[in-house]
Amino acid sequence: MAALVELRDVVKHFPVSRSLAEIVRGKHPAVRALAGVSFDVGAGDAVAVVGESGCGKTTLGRLMLKLAEPTAGTIAFDGTALATLAGDSLRGFRRQAQLVFQNPFEALNPRFTIYRAVAEPLLNAGVDRAEHMDRVVSAFRRVHLPDVGRYLDKYPHQLSGGQLQRVVLARALVLGPRFLVADEPVSMLDVSVRAGILALLREVRDAMGLSAVYISHDLALVRYLCERTLVMYLGRVVEDGPTEEIVRRPRHPYTRALVAAVPVPDADQSRAPLPIRGNVPDAREPPSGCAFRERCPHAMPRCAVETPALRSIGERHRMACHLE
Amino acid sequence: MILEVERLAIDYATRAGRVRAVDGASFVVPEGRIVGLVGESGCGKTTAVRAIMGVLAENGRRAGGRVSFKGQPIDEATTRRHLWRDIAYVPQSAMSSLDPVYTVGSQLVEVMTRRGGYARAAARARSAELFELVGLSESRLADYPHQFSGGMRQRAAIAMALALAPSLVLADEPVTALDVIVQRQILDMLRGLQRRLSLSVVLVTHDISVVAYLCDEVVVMYAGQVIESGPVREVLARPRHPYTMGLRNAFPDLLSDALELVPIEGSPPDLADPPPGCRFAPRCPFAMAACSATPALIADSRAPGHVSACLRDGEVEQLRPLALDPVTWQRSSSYATS
Repeated sequence: MAALVELRDVVKHFPVSRSLAEIVRGKHPAVRALAGVSFDVGAGDAVAVVGESGCGKTTLGRLMLKLAEPTAGTIAFDGTALATLAGDSLRGFRRQAQLVFQNPFEALNPRFTIYRAVAEPLLNAGVDRAEHMDRVVSAFRRVHLPDVGRYLDKYPHQLSGGQLQRVVLARALVLGPRFLVADEPVSMLDVSVRAGILALLREVRDAMGLSAVYISHDLALVRYLCERTLVMYLGRVVEDGPTEEIVRRPRHPYTRALVAAVPVPDADQSRAPLPIRGNVPDAREPPSGCAFRERCPHAMPRCAVETPALRSIGERHRMACHLE
Repeated sequence: MILEVERLAIDYATRAGRVRAVDGASFVVPEGRIVGLVGESGCGKTTAVRAIMGVLAENGRRAGGRVSFKGQPIDEATTRRHLWRDIAYVPQSAMSSLDPVYTVGSQLVEVMTRRGGYARAAARARSAELFELVGLSESRLADYPHQFSGGMRQRAAIAMALALAPSLVLADEPVTALDVIVQRQILDMLRGLQRRLSLSVVLVTHDISVVAYLCDEVVVMYAGQVIESGPVREVLARPRHPYTMGLRNAFPDLLSDALELVPIEGSPPDLADPPPGCRFAPRCPFAMAACSATPALIADSRAPGHVSACLRDGEVEQLRPLALDPVTWQRSSSYATS
């Protein structure tokens, strides 16, 4: 089956303010948020994008929803390049691709009732008002808030975090989208409530046949959400494979360090030093070649001159590293 | 015991009336140990620590209980004498302890001259020492906080906490906002400093993995009360309180074979109007009528070993295997919505 979302060599630079010296030398420094990202999201697939702050994962999510434009490269949705969308075709895309916000406490306007918050996308999309109530009620059922009457006239502050996250999801589902991007969908929720939302996200995805991209810093968490994980470092995908493979047998040296750094809820766990040096370099001036090489315990001379391309290292498993 | 907390009660005056955010919490910090104070938002863990330091929010006050530091009772007035010198604080966001308009080095010097009676030259020398201790280069003393990364700021906040050589450090979610690799580096540094300087540490966190990685002892709080405590290894491997059992099931684990997280249905109670008896009973799969009908048990975590505030503690060996079964936590076929 053809991919629903296709990214090819996507690059995104953000200009930064120039110092006097940079102006004199005619330099235009930029943060290279994405330095050439290519992957497909198949229909019905769920993909996690993990990495540390500044790796470009949030920018990637915004570009996939056409909330920002890439500096170079193409993103296509259902075979159509996002760059060509305008007017009706853009409105059509907006109905089909939805964002689930990170923080349910900030995602909803505090002065709008829950009904208005969930119905707003219908209004924006020009859906006949007569249909609104039915659509809202069915979205509420999907997120297991069956007692709709209890919520519709309430305001966000009257709901718990778990209920709010369900409302935020209902709002994203009300137009019947085919594609969801969720940026840290549960990071603000307490542990005891979070597990229920994760189960709900999976259930909704299966029931509606949605494709989804989950953006997260938490490798332990995405295990419970997605069968496929992309690991990003400094604007590039460094590893892409089945989540369990990545967690159990990480291959890229960065993924290995990332996996080793995740603490587990067990007193008997490895406390060995991490196989990584130093800190994340400045995204304005990443090292030549492999951006990870200065921190990598396996760096070779070749790593400084040749940027490793993502290559296949197994079934549905790719990595961007010169190591065998 | 370097710190003893006995039946501590803290009230906040709110528009909804008096809210008892901490209700009869008891725990101890043995000398040279790292104690994790763990629980979800609103459980009272941060309030308890702020009360110990005497820096409660304006609408908060100590409504009862005793806090002793090295055997001497301390209250709101006397705590301030101990701040920095004996008891130091590391906040969640280092930005809140660092002033953006002064260099990090001058803020370190300020703490030492103002609070520790250091001469300026001695304070400067000690700043360099402190930076080295927390793995920062001396040259960065001249930087402003915004020139530091999140991890460096947290290191600087720890350097500041250690400036006057305290024996007890209270750290409130010190690694929560950090990326996992930086988090690990800070945790390892904290462990190293604790050993080198024989510190006692209270680590407030919602993250049981961080507790498992770093702490010797753990105190679990729920809805303002301590519900379980004991050695970390014991409590995580053989939890005694149903809430801890549920938390363990709900917590993501990179290495577990189970690919299903099990939620605890419902949410923590509103502390303006807490349920009678055991506060976890409304969410507990093992609750009996007696749990809500009798006053809540208080886990006396000053006792050594592993203690739990559950009425059915005598049956814990039977309950624990049941708690591992996800079906136990499904109260009905529909999802909980509150």
